[in-house]
Amino acid sequence: MTNEELKEKITELLPQAVFDEAGQWPTINVEPSDWHRLAEQLRHDESLLFDFVFCLTCIDWKTHLTMVYHLDSTKFRHNIVVKSKLPVVDPAIDTISDIWQTANFHEREVYEMFGVNFINHPDLRLLILPDGWEGKNPMLKNFEDPINMIRL
Amino acid sequence: MSNNSNNSAPSSNPPLGGGGAAPSAGGPVVGDSAFPGQIHETPGGGIVLSKLDDVINWARSNSLWPLTFATSCCGIEYMAVAGAKYDFSRFGFEVARASPRQADVIIIAGTIVNKMAPVLKRLYDQMGDPKYVIAMGACAISGGPFFYNTYSVVKGADHVIPVDVYVAGCPPRPEALLHALISLQEKIKMGLTREQIKEGL
Repeated sequence: MTNEELKEKITELLPQAVFDEAGQWPTINVEPSDWHRLAEQLRHDESLLFDFVFCLTCIDWKTHLTMVYHLDSTKFRHNIVVKSKLPVVDPAIDTISDIWQTANFHEREVYEMFGVNFINHPDLRLLILPDGWEGKNPMLKNFEDPINMIRL
Repeated sequence: MSNNSNNSAPSSNPPLGGGGAAPSAGGPVVGDSAFPGQIHETPGGGIVLSKLDDVINWARSNSLWPLTFATSCCGIEYMAVAGAKYDFSRFGFEVARASPRQADVIIIAGTIVNKMAPVLKRLYDQMGDPKYVIAMGACAISGGPFFYNTYSVVKGADHVIPVDVYVAGCPPRPEALLHALISLQEKIKMGLTREQIKEGL
């Protein structure tokens, strides 16, 4: 499917989706509350079949956080990007690890680095950071570590 | 071969090794990888006189087995030195042992992060004396590009274990690592301990 066809199809599924004109793939901005339903439709719809989430990460703008998901379809070979804006205080979004199992580990990493709470995640705990790093989210811009981090 | 620390014999005793090295009082010639000692011609052959310390240091320096320890990009340059083009088995580093019990030198090729530091300490402790350490690359010397603004990198491997030779570079060229290996060999042949070298003997 071309980018335009994808945008039409997704507007059908979710009329309040907002599109971003940046980059080679269509970018959708969704509300965190709409995300799980849209994700199921993206996975199971016959003409879309996005079965591969190849990037799941978070960006810290100092006023808000943005969750970014990159989806790919191995059958049709089309890609989209989904972005979702979260508040800085108590960020929470539905998990998609029941739809794409790889998101289990990626969401654990976003949880340990940014502090985003994934609702209904089966096993939300630290992935790579050692014990004792709960609650300290190193990738946030306001993370302070006077012992290790030497500021220029 | 007898052990004689002072040799005041006449100049008909040629030193071993390449020409140009003046006969010294039995000490090693730094930079020369020949067998340390002096030949005394006797009818029917010759006797080599040397110091046992010099011979042991010579043997140790020419047969240093490294521990395979590569955490980061410097590991690729280390593998290049181990390969056919810049071969370090010419210098005696033939077998890279995987077990620290059988290794003599640990070449820290890569970044040491906070999670890796106790592992490095344990590997160093498991190595048997005499053991030597080469810090390869900017990350192992001082934290390198990760010196500022990172929560996870140890700022230099010498916060964890004592280091003998530092090789600058990010990553150092294979020739630079070979130069470091040769410097380590010369350091071993000098026969001084780490503390004596620090005091400037």
